[in-house]
Amino acid sequence: MTAGERPSTPVVETLRLLGTQRRRTPADDPALARIGLVALPVAAVLALAVVPLGDRAPVDLDVGVVWFNAMEVVAWFAVWVFGWGPNAATTLAGGYRVLPLGLAYELPHMFAIITPAIAAGSLSPTAIAAAQQDLWYVVWMPAAFLLYLLSVAAMAFWGPFAAPLGRDLAGGAAAEHAGLDRLLLLAGRWMLLTAAAAMAVPLFLGGGAPPPITGPDPFPGLPVLWFAVKLVVVLGLLLALRRAVPMLRMARFATLSWVVLLPLAVAQSLVVTLVVLA
Amino acid sequence: MTELVLRLALTAAAALVATGLYGALSQQSIVMIMMGLELVVNGLILGAGAFWWAGGQPVAASVLVVVLVTVMAVEMAMGFAVALAIYRARQVDLTDDAGELAG
Amino acid sequence: MIALVSALGAVAVITGLLVFTVDSMARATFLLLASFVAVAVVLIAFGLGYLGTVVILMMTTEMMIMVVFMVMLMMNPAGLMPMTMVHNRRGSWAIALVVFGLLTAGVWLVPFPTSGPAPGPDPTAALGDALMGGQMLTMMTLGLALLATIVGTVAVAVSRR
Repeated sequence: MTAGERPSTPVVETLRLLGTQRRRTPADDPALARIGLVALPVAAVLALAVVPLGDRAPVDLDVGVVWFNAMEVVAWFAVWVFGWGPNAATTLAGGYRVLPLGLAYELPHMFAIITPAIAAGSLSPTAIAAAQQDLWYVVWMPAAFLLYLLSVAAMAFWGPFAAPLGRDLAGGAAAEHAGLDRLLLLAGRWMLLTAAAAMAVPLFLGGGAPPPITGPDPFPGLPVLWFAVKLVVVLGLLLALRRAVPMLRMARFATLSWVVLLPLAVAQSLVVTLVVLA
Repeated sequence: MTELVLRLALTAAAALVATGLYGALSQQSIVMIMMGLELVVNGLILGAGAFWWAGGQPVAASVLVVVLVTVMAVEMAMGFAVALAIYRARQVDLTDDAGELAG
Repeated sequence: MIALVSALGAVAVITGLLVFTVDSMARATFLLLASFVAVAVVLIAFGLGYLGTVVILMMTTEMMIMVVFMVMLMMNPAGLMPMTMVHNRRGSWAIALVVFGLLTAGVWLVPFPTSGPAPGPDPTAALGDALMGGQMLTMMTLGLALLATIVGTVAVAVSRR
């Protein structure tokens, strides 16, 4: 998917998929598969809705962090169900791979997103961003930020965590989906990745506030621009992660997650809790 | 108005409990029985939420929801452990074939 | 609020009933999840935003675990051959209907002391205060129960060979 791509590739690919027939397999469950395919972009939009783009969120939910977490678990369901739908071995196995992946990344992820919430004393992303006026959380909770970056890639089953759509399974959960179905699937995955990367900005990078630079703010009064700049930086880090790390085997990642990442996440939130209480 | 909403929510909760009871009593497969039990707890959660809303937001009602969610997790974990153990021993997943659990 | 509770309550009950009528296990899981989400949305509408969201989060995860076991253990997970696996359907219906009748009669006959939706403090903070304060014993009991469950499930489920 990476080799031989040009800037025009997404447009060409979108048009190609729009013009392609959908595919049916014998004894399939198209209704259920379609529910999963639609649920993926819908979950991404609902997750993005609570992220403050700039200084205010489209929906300013007071439990936004938990809501974001819930929507991202809906994506597991979506992948499993559109892997199940076509009644084919490769798609079913691909859909199943999302479960070991999800169970491995979910607990470190939960600790990573709850750590800024502990420091800010609020579950609202807007309040968490506002609490970072003096010091960005990425500076004093770097482990949580790194774990969050990893889990962003994992929740969008992308990059090193693309096993559910793995080439070793001839495309995995996406193998039997063509045309509009495939477009929904791939677009939903990119939307999920972007939504999760956007959440890193209010959680760790100070939201729409300018970085602590000397001199005047080049975009005064435009928090949306600062938000966009930071989002691009996070997406760049994710692209670097995809270049640096090969695709992980699920069993190996599960071991790494439970033995190394989870204790690290607990230790990070413990340190932050002690600092907040002190 | 508050009382009507409470009664409507509790009626729905009662219907969920009855549906879950039907499922838990009539299904033969262990997994389906657990789905019935989960529906019962789902109804209880709805009822506790309705009492919280209508009764001046007593904190005990929201603690009850937390307890019910935990009950669901415990029920599911133990249920699957037993289902797996029975399957391992006898290659069955139907309660009618697991007579030794009757004691 | 009347229309919302009626509509979502009906959705929760109907999807709950359909769980036991469809053949495919994947569809049954999806319908059960839909029932949970309907109840969770009612909770959010009542003002219990945190608990409603946690119900969505937990139930989705739980259904994903459940579906693994269903496909692993059940003889006809996709429902490709229509079949029923029930016993004593009539007795079960009778018991369920009697329970529903009794509960509903109680719901509509008992006078409830409703003080109305009082605009209290932040319910999430109130819940946290209660769990870490006055209801600490409940929290500790739940924690111990979960620990016992972890130990118990592993002990029951691991292969002894």
